[in-house]
Amino acid sequence: MPELLTRLNETAKARVLTLQDYFVLAGNSVRFMFARPFYAQDAVQQMDEIGVKSLGIVLLTGLFTGMVLALQSSVQLKTFGATIYIGNLVSASMIRELGPVLAGLMVAGRVGSGIAAQLGSMRVTEQIDALNTLGTDPIKKLVTPRVVAALVMVPVLTIINDFIGIIGGNIIASFVVGVPTSQYWHTVWQQIANDGFTARFVPNDFIQGLTKPLVFGAIISITACYFGLGTTGGTEGVGQATTRTVVTSSILILIVDYFITQLLLSVLTYGG
Amino acid sequence: MADDRGDRRDSGDREGAATSPAGERRRPAAVRQAIRSELATDASDAARAARRSPRRSPDGLPAPVVELDHVWLSFDIPVLEDVSLVAREGETVAIVGESGTGKSTILKLILRLLVPDRGAVRIDGEDITSLTFDEALMVRQKMGMVFQGAALFDSMTVFENVAYPLREHTDLGEDEIAERVREKLQFVDLDADRVMEQMPAELSGGMRKRVGVARGMANNPEIMLYDEPTSGLDPLTTATITKLIMKLQRELGVTSIVVSHDIRSVFRMSSKVALLNEHHIVFFGTPEEMAGSDDRYIMDFLGGA
Repeated sequence: MPELLTRLNETAKARVLTLQDYFVLAGNSVRFMFARPFYAQDAVQQMDEIGVKSLGIVLLTGLFTGMVLALQSSVQLKTFGATIYIGNLVSASMIRELGPVLAGLMVAGRVGSGIAAQLGSMRVTEQIDALNTLGTDPIKKLVTPRVVAALVMVPVLTIINDFIGIIGGNIIASFVVGVPTSQYWHTVWQQIANDGFTARFVPNDFIQGLTKPLVFGAIISITACYFGLGTTGGTEGVGQATTRTVVTSSILILIVDYFITQLLLSVLTYGG
Repeated sequence: MADDRGDRRDSGDREGAATSPAGERRRPAAVRQAIRSELATDASDAARAARRSPRRSPDGLPAPVVELDHVWLSFDIPVLEDVSLVAREGETVAIVGESGTGKSTILKLILRLLVPDRGAVRIDGEDITSLTFDEALMVRQKMGMVFQGAALFDSMTVFENVAYPLREHTDLGEDEIAERVREKLQFVDLDADRVMEQMPAELSGGMRKRVGVARGMANNPEIMLYDEPTSGLDPLTTATITKLIMKLQRELGVTSIVVSHDIRSVFRMSSKVALLNEHHIVFFGTPEEMAGSDDRYIMDFLGGA
């Protein structure tokens, strides 16, 4: 029994330390955004890597998600003779939930794994040690630019994902269900307006739809850097780091999504 | 390996991602400026070699540049116990021993990537164990490190690798940086025009090591640290790298610390040899003294090597 308690104690301690390290890394990466030297060129390069190169996968995801949403909702709405409201359903689902979550998951899979593999390889080939000996802080040089790039690009990708998803819904609504395009876009806007505004002109849906990807961007980049920099055990360790990154950031995205939704629904005045 | 454990790592080596202690990352403008002017004024190897007058300690010997004074270090298990050694100006000191005895840890202590539990690590007479990150950074500028696998940044070209410390820590213009990079690549017997735009992955093992040396010496350091510089190389390339280390010592008066398993190269290039066994230094003396020793362990080690 005492042995079991000791083991539990050790495990708990290790977990708390891991969490502490994670938040120290997050704190330092944010702090270094405001401390010289700035690695702006690295941040721009990462924006290309995270944003531009993820565009294809996000476009495809958004388009087909919007199309399937329209198709599924048309079946349900047809029973009530309410297919003209397809726009409302697609708009609310894409902007509030599916756009941010799917863009987040796609970026976690494509970019998170890439960052973890790159930093993991740098760790096992002593390139991180080399940075240290050359007087460069690896967090400042490697982590901060990636966090900045993710904070900028994941919301941008989400906006594109939302828009393409709504266009996908438009295609199905117009060509399969028979809802006129003008009617579809009218209901899309109607849904946004019905969900209310903050400070009179900022739609609540936009606040929800942009807060989430901002947080997801931070989760993906910091998790990837955390596991990447912590890689041990050679090439096998690099593989493990990438797997852990994708699994952890995907789970965190889904869990955090619930809590952000809960928080924003209680803070924002819906339908007002 | 013991040196892969990381509780007391100083600036960036703690296992896991939270690499550097928070208080050690600030680099005030004054410190940055001091580093930049120090490095930028060091125009060429020849000028530096000419300017350097041999310093002498009161006993008439060359002044100690690197000193480990009764150093103790442990993580979960002991790594180093009561380790002392001295590298005097212009000397090449080799650290040899079985795998896992803490040889590479000594290099990390000298770089102040690790801090000892007890004892002092002195660079040019200054104890570096209690320095802040900024002060440690200044001291680190005196050193160049060559890693076992060269540790070249694989996303950068050879030119960018060698130019990295210059871009990071000096105000030199691009023309001056290009000139300095060319000079360093030529010093390590590489055809600068041919290799400058190549990526590290396109180079052979020996060429990578030489680029690693060029990057290590880009800032014209007083001290060069080598971690297994000849491991994994064929005999001819091993001889080339050994000659290169000797050339640096001979032509530029650089003080070198070499961690190696390659006894033949060690005997060829070293002024002193330190033999580590079971966390202690069991021998510290000249290669001749080592070869002539009748100590059972030394004889076994040399026989096995």
